[in-house]
Amino acid sequence: MKADPKGVLSGVHFIDGDHAACEGALAAGCRFVAGYPITPSTEIVERFAARIPKVGGVFIQMEDELAASIAIQGGVWAGHKVMNVTSGPGLSLMMEHLGYAAMTETPCVWVDVQRGGPSTGLPTLPAQADMMQIKWGSHGDYEIIALSPNSPQECFDLMIKAFNLSEEYRCPVFLMMDEVVGHMTERVNIPPADQIEITDRKWTTKKPGEYKAYATTSEDLVPEMVKAGDGYRIHVTGLTHDERGYPAMDVPNQAKLIPRLLNKIRNNTEQLLDVRMDGCDDADVIVMSFGITSRVATAAIEAARAKGLKVGNLRLIICWPFPVKLIQQLAEKVKAFVVPELNMGQMVLEVRKAVEGKVKVISVPHPGGTVHEPETILEQIIEAAR
Amino acid sequence: MATTQIRVGGLGGQGVILNASIIGKAASIYEGKHATLIQAFGPEARGSACSAQVTISSEDIGYPYVKNPDVLVLMSQDAYNQFAPSLKPGGLVLYEEELVTVDGRMPAGARAIGIPATRFAEELGRRLVLNIIMVGFFAGVTGLLTFEAVEKAVRDSVPKGTEDLNMRALKKGYEFGRETKLV
Repeated sequence: MKADPKGVLSGVHFIDGDHAACEGALAAGCRFVAGYPITPSTEIVERFAARIPKVGGVFIQMEDELAASIAIQGGVWAGHKVMNVTSGPGLSLMMEHLGYAAMTETPCVWVDVQRGGPSTGLPTLPAQADMMQIKWGSHGDYEIIALSPNSPQECFDLMIKAFNLSEEYRCPVFLMMDEVVGHMTERVNIPPADQIEITDRKWTTKKPGEYKAYATTSEDLVPEMVKAGDGYRIHVTGLTHDERGYPAMDVPNQAKLIPRLLNKIRNNTEQLLDVRMDGCDDADVIVMSFGITSRVATAAIEAARAKGLKVGNLRLIICWPFPVKLIQQLAEKVKAFVVPELNMGQMVLEVRKAVEGKVKVISVPHPGGTVHEPETILEQIIEAAR
Repeated sequence: MATTQIRVGGLGGQGVILNASIIGKAASIYEGKHATLIQAFGPEARGSACSAQVTISSEDIGYPYVKNPDVLVLMSQDAYNQFAPSLKPGGLVLYEEELVTVDGRMPAGARAIGIPATRFAEELGRRLVLNIIMVGFFAGVTGLLTFEAVEKAVRDSVPKGTEDLNMRALKKGYEFGRETKLV
């Protein structure tokens, strides 16, 4: 279906990533946010609070992050599209409800504008150090999807994609921004509403009485949904549940439910592959990066190519699920991977895991607060090419 | 690749960010170039140090920060003291001449051009339009942006009802910049 024109601010704008992310959410159909504003994500909810009365929806400022991250999920079961906006310290407090969204298959978008951590860290300065937290931060086994924009335009575009994926897979989908992208101002093209493709909720066509809230088939692991007030009896719980959604805390139900929650994502890793590749075919060294670091890496790669080195540029748009197969295929052809990221070495672990020691994997860590110097990455490319 | 890096510096309340934003908007929306604006993000208060970085390029912009600007647009002595040493050799300093005194800390071959922008703003009736005069001055001296582009960007960016005043401010700065350039 097409976007609702009420939420689409069509035109060419000169706005920052936070504002563009908000416009992406409104274009995607987000009509409810319960927020607990935190730097450097504040401008997203600030704009949402200002815009939503005219678009038709609700913003509530909550008492804390726990309340914010669960109130939005109430909004989903009332039939709305919602997002959760935060940064590191807030994200830590929200981890319980991340698990709840995964367990109850509540489609929602989580925006993390990453700042330096741990703890309150560097409120106004960038990092990319929450990449593992979103994957492993809530207890138990679960899967999420995460996208990583590197410009205000992509904050808009990928926000829409995040909403669409959350509906398709019924899982929390993360938009992993960082302070630089959030506060960087560039041109953002917002197309007319009829050019924006929106994925509707997977509403059931079954009648009350026939409908089971968590019934799936072997071909389609994503259950159909209803909303409160439509006459269906439903029960939503974080406890291990049966097909009807009622608590069923035993081994057979756990053994049925948990693999399905994982496999609905894992079985679609190929469909969820979203990368940009440049010069990887005949490369000796591949630089893998994501988010703001991909822009700095590109400067380093150009400098390396100017020195005659064969360097491929691999940028992850979707970071989770991690493109294991692609990395393994590339590992057959290259001498080494170089992985710069604004953390002390997180996604590089996934590369190492995928290549299983076949080729060199060089981490280019950074504790955050600013971006890498392109020269730092260049030095490691030269080292890797030896 | 034609890339120009600019740093705008002054004090909170002078309109430093708006000045940089108008330059970026004119370049990216009305001139079809690429522009990236990064603003100093921190305790924002009237009277405290404030600066913004703009990169304008005919190509995609990778590394987003401005370390060694080609052009400095300065509205306070502190900003001059802080940023003048970082100017690229042969670079250009555009400064408000009653607020900034230039000295020997600029790199070799740098050119500095002053404008009595505060005086002009007062003549126009409001000191507040100092930053718009500086936008016009920037466009006039550098020739990087057409008058039409900055005019549209200013119109888009200033509060409703103040367009005429701001247009006069922009023109004043632009014309002064054109004349200075010819000297």
